[in-house]
Amino acid sequence: MGVVDGLSRPDASLERRIGYSKKVIEHFMNPRNVGRLEDADVTAKVGSVACGDLIKLYLKVDEKTERIEKITFESYGCAANIATSSMLTELAKGKTLEEARKIAFKDIADELGGLPRIKMHCAVLSKTGLDAAISKYYAMKGKAKIDDTLVKLLLRGVLDPITGVDIISSKTTDSISVQDHEVAIGLRVDEKSPIAKELENDIREAFEGLPVTLKIVFKGNSGDSNK
Amino acid sequence: MVQMIYLDNAETTPVDPEVAKIVLEYMVEKFGLPGGEFGHSLQEEATEAVEKAREVIAAKIGAKPSEIVFTSGATESNNLAIKGVAYHPLYRKRRVVTSAIEHKSVLDTVLNLRRLGYRVEVIPVDSEGFVKMDRLEASLEGATLVSIQHANQEIGTLQEIKVIGELCRERGVLFHTDAAQSFAKEQVDVEAMNIDLLSMTSHLIRGPKGVGALYVREGIELQPLIEGDGRERGLRAGGQNVPAIVGFAEAVKRASPEDAVRIRRLRDRLIDKLLQIEDSKLNGPMGEKRVCHIVNVTFRYVEGEALLLQAEMQGLVCNTGSACYSQRLEPSHVITAIGGTHEDAHGSMRLSLSRMTTQEEVDAAAEILANVVAKLRSFSPLAKRRM
Repeated sequence: MGVVDGLSRPDASLERRIGYSKKVIEHFMNPRNVGRLEDADVTAKVGSVACGDLIKLYLKVDEKTERIEKITFESYGCAANIATSSMLTELAKGKTLEEARKIAFKDIADELGGLPRIKMHCAVLSKTGLDAAISKYYAMKGKAKIDDTLVKLLLRGVLDPITGVDIISSKTTDSISVQDHEVAIGLRVDEKSPIAKELENDIREAFEGLPVTLKIVFKGNSGDSNK
Repeated sequence: MVQMIYLDNAETTPVDPEVAKIVLEYMVEKFGLPGGEFGHSLQEEATEAVEKAREVIAAKIGAKPSEIVFTSGATESNNLAIKGVAYHPLYRKRRVVTSAIEHKSVLDTVLNLRRLGYRVEVIPVDSEGFVKMDRLEASLEGATLVSIQHANQEIGTLQEIKVIGELCRERGVLFHTDAAQSFAKEQVDVEAMNIDLLSMTSHLIRGPKGVGALYVREGIELQPLIEGDGRERGLRAGGQNVPAIVGFAEAVKRASPEDAVRIRRLRDRLIDKLLQIEDSKLNGPMGEKRVCHIVNVTFRYVEGEALLLQAEMQGLVCNTGSACYSQRLEPSHVITAIGGTHEDAHGSMRLSLSRMTTQEEVDAAAEILANVVAKLRSFSPLAKRRM
């Protein structure tokens, strides 16, 4: 190949990795349960393109047993993003929704043999995705109310494009009100801000499939309503 | 065994085996440190070697040997140039101008001068990375120093150094340029380009790591950063890394102007092939205004770290401007400065050639990337559906 002597290496995926574990590399190179599920009962999208971290989960749930028959994912993100999503789907497959709910982000990381500290948020994101899917399913089937708690959960899957922190933790969400199927969300963001459109899109996608009417209000940084 | 195609030469390069030989010689056999104006025979031997190396570096940029200071690399040279001026009581105006796309060793160093009450101006660049000249001109009033790089480390933009140098000369402003990526690849002439201070490094031209140089025009005073034994005309103390210096000069001798022509041709071949991949775009300019060895393409709908690692598994080593790959989870400031979105940064891949790169490698690299992009797009929620 005309390359300088000594530039061939043993397969780079093996032994000597310092950052990612062998298992992470394995799930990254050969992710399980990848792709869209055309007959999904519920989908959940968490993360942000601007942050370079986005996951979409598809679940097919047996209505009687509440067992997750099939679960697949699509992703836009780094090796940790792909590996944690892959591992998540492996852990969740075949479990009931209640059992699956108990999967902690630490479990995902542990099953993968650990994650670098700055990549732990990927495991958190996939866990958030699963929580969102499960809660949405319950709400869609009328088994759970559409209330503040559900709304907050779904908003934890929406990331501020600039900081990468979810809009509940970052307190970007100023107010939540739920009246029947009308959900109003107030954001501490200016309507004209460059991130306003993207945030609104991400929020609407998070609620996709739910029988709700969303009203998103940009209150600006000072907390004043723009209306 | 996977044969590696190494296309991350803007990050670092393998040392030329002939250079390595001479480095070893000065480690094991001719192991002295330079003496003063006289010394014992080992010192004399080292002095001769270092001074010969100094001549080689100087000749490459049209400078005098006495104007070359050896350092530990371009980062130190950048620090010495900028702080050397800023900390010196001689320079009164206390305003420094730089560009938005500098290497961090320039940008952060300049920004941190604000701690000392310096005023700092960061000149924006256009969509191809060229410094906005009208803004630059306007900023020169009352400025002490301008630091603007020659070739950009990510997108390859070659600034109009000669013009910038002239503008600075006219207004009595000192002009420093970081030539880490261009030295010994593109033409650099400190006289023709009106340069006062120039940073150079060894490890990007197949020389050893840990050594570089700073050109300091005769008559310019600098406050040294590293003081002690008065070496390097009092500008940089500490026993010189003789083996590395000798290796540095040897690497410079082996770089030829014809290399740039050949590399540029291969670079353009690679750009052509990569842009044939759907939903891709080139970052930085085309042609002669782009440094010969750097390619940077954004692929939509896929993320850089994933691209990079998948590519490595198939034998291609390159780099990315994605936030996920940086230790601080920040997207490339260069892509941002040319108007790129975070998404543009996350999907950006940098491939950089060397004089050893072959056409076969370029073709194979393009194929590997095409495969990897397709693989990742097959499960990206953003990619358009193709039924």
